[in-house]
Amino acid sequence: MRELHTKLKSLFPVGDLTEQRSNLGFVTVPQEHLRAVLVHLRDREGFTHLVLLTAVDWLEAGQFQLTYLLSNRTAGKDLGVRVMLARDGATMQSIHDVWPTAATYQRELREMFGIDFPGSPRLHEEFILEGWNDIPPYRRDFDTLKYAQENYSERPGRVTHDPAAHMKQKLNSGGN
Amino acid sequence: MKDELKIRVVKGPDGVEFEVEPLKDYYCEAAPTVMPAAYIKVVEDLFNWARSESIWILGFGTGCGAIEMRPLMTPRFDAYRFGVQWRPTPRQANLFVISGYLSTKTLKRAIRSYEQMQNPKYVIGLGSCTINGGMYWDSYNTIKRLDDYLPVDLYIAGCMPRPEALLAGFQDMKKLIRAGKAEGANLYAENFEWYKANQKRVIHDWDMPDYNW
Amino acid sequence: MPFDWMKIPYSLLTLFIVVNYGFFLNALIQKMGARAGRRYGIPIWQNYVDMIKNYGLRSSITHGAMFYLGPVFRLSGGVGLLLFVPTIYGSYMFSNLSFAGDLILALYFIFFGTLGMALGAGESGHPHAAIGVSRGLAQVSTAELPFALAVFAVALQYQTLSVTEIVAAQQGGFLQWTLFTNPLAVAAAMLGFLGSMMRPPFDVVIAPQEIPIGPPTEYHSAYLALMQTNRAIFPIAKIVIYMNLFFGGASDWPTFFFKVFLIYLWSAFVGVVFPRFRVEQSIRWFLIWAVPLGILSIILV
Repeated sequence: MRELHTKLKSLFPVGDLTEQRSNLGFVTVPQEHLRAVLVHLRDREGFTHLVLLTAVDWLEAGQFQLTYLLSNRTAGKDLGVRVMLARDGATMQSIHDVWPTAATYQRELREMFGIDFPGSPRLHEEFILEGWNDIPPYRRDFDTLKYAQENYSERPGRVTHDPAAHMKQKLNSGGN
Repeated sequence: MKDELKIRVVKGPDGVEFEVEPLKDYYCEAAPTVMPAAYIKVVEDLFNWARSESIWILGFGTGCGAIEMRPLMTPRFDAYRFGVQWRPTPRQANLFVISGYLSTKTLKRAIRSYEQMQNPKYVIGLGSCTINGGMYWDSYNTIKRLDDYLPVDLYIAGCMPRPEALLAGFQDMKKLIRAGKAEGANLYAENFEWYKANQKRVIHDWDMPDYNW
Repeated sequence: MPFDWMKIPYSLLTLFIVVNYGFFLNALIQKMGARAGRRYGIPIWQNYVDMIKNYGLRSSITHGAMFYLGPVFRLSGGVGLLLFVPTIYGSYMFSNLSFAGDLILALYFIFFGTLGMALGAGESGHPHAAIGVSRGLAQVSTAELPFALAVFAVALQYQTLSVTEIVAAQQGGFLQWTLFTNPLAVAAAMLGFLGSMMRPPFDVVIAPQEIPIGPPTEYHSAYLALMQTNRAIFPIAKIVIYMNLFFGGASDWPTFFFKVFLIYLWSAFVGVVFPRFRVEQSIRWFLIWAVPLGILSIILV
């Protein structure tokens, strides 16, 4: 993992390596270099499999973090490539021509986070949600509870207990 | 609305052009009607007995609870001995088991499937998600109360109920049917407006006819 | 020869017996399949209950005239097959409406139901129905081929097209049965029999797990009940033909029940042992294994 990171560092302006296990690491890459890094990893380093592409919403920092998780099947290694994006008007270049499967992930990200991937096929078709009329639901400023209460009728009588307090009370009242 | 549902002009094989309005032309618009029971009580009782002993379930697993129905076909539980079968098409099914949480997207399909079933038809809500939302009570795309959208005859509580609970539920369902109390289809027809209003409130892109049998 | 009107009530009596025996046997075979899978299986009267329920459904919809006629054709295929073949050999009551050339008619009736179904299911407009019908017709055609060849071999062997005469020629000990006098024809026909019984391994057409349930996708309530009735009659009627042609016929009801049960068991036996074929596999199987046997049997005769 470390030698791979040193090799990458000599070629691209990549950030520090976060090594989670001996065979799983994460590096951060500037947005404009992502494509070159991915192609290099795929063609030269044997990371031929795009495991997943997902996003994290760092609301306070005003950023989205995209994670491209790659896998080298022969070496049994996984490498996550992270990209930080500005949250406002988030746009990222599409990598559907590097891995065709990425197109589906990008569709999902556009729907759930509102990240645009210009040029990605079928990007604007509905993926999971149908007839969605609010801000993308996986953004952290979307209030899920409020939306659910406003939209879906509730059956009265639902109570929520704090598990610790509830169990304590139950055990105490049960004798002993 | 999807492209294939928009009004369009079609050229027939004989060269004549005509306008097609898919929602009206491809579906029946007639609303459901209340179907009376047989006039003679003995006959209706016989039919109810037969209905209760021959429950055909629509093989449509809407949520995680569908996994609880599979063991029922296996040697361990073997629901077939109670006259319960799974049918792959709504036309032949009598019982719709809403198995677990129902997202609005699935609700749309569930409504269509339900409406294609033939009267009398029954609905069982499986798991707490169908009762009050269960663990999806704050979800952005899951309905919380099934009986607002479809006429439910029976709820089986639990998260998830085990297959034994389902078997017990089928036995209760049989009692309901035999007593002539499972008239969900007629209830649906009577309160059609109310059900449709509820359904349309959560399904924002209503792109199907109001009633499509 | 004046028409004997008494034959009509007698034929209806035959029909009644066969329908009930068919329902019973279907359930029994299903139960055996279940037991082979270590399940308890359906109650023996389940098929009756299903039928009553389907007749008792309150609503039904239609897709046009042919949609009505499909199940009717299918049922008339089964009933016709039964009525024009002598059920019990040598019995005036249960020889039905058989006549000199009934073998050809029987061959025709076997296919008639499938064709009617094809028309009806096609009218329903459901894509699954259309796919199912094309699969079904392809498979039944190839399954019918060895049977037809075997029938011709038998007809050549006995120099007659009358089922009654064929049965008559097989009387006098089981060594006179076609099974022993022309084993190749019987083998070909029994392989074809597997294909037309709609049981595994050749049930891809109506299997619920494949394109959902195939031709009867859109059929429900009374239409379906009609088809269920036919599901009781048709296998028995078909087995009656096999019994008459190859296994010496039956001269009384107990023999009839026993032989029919054994022949039915043959398809059930194969069914619980072997997994399902895809359509192109089953067609290839029939063409490679069953058809040459049939041709050989004709040549040898």
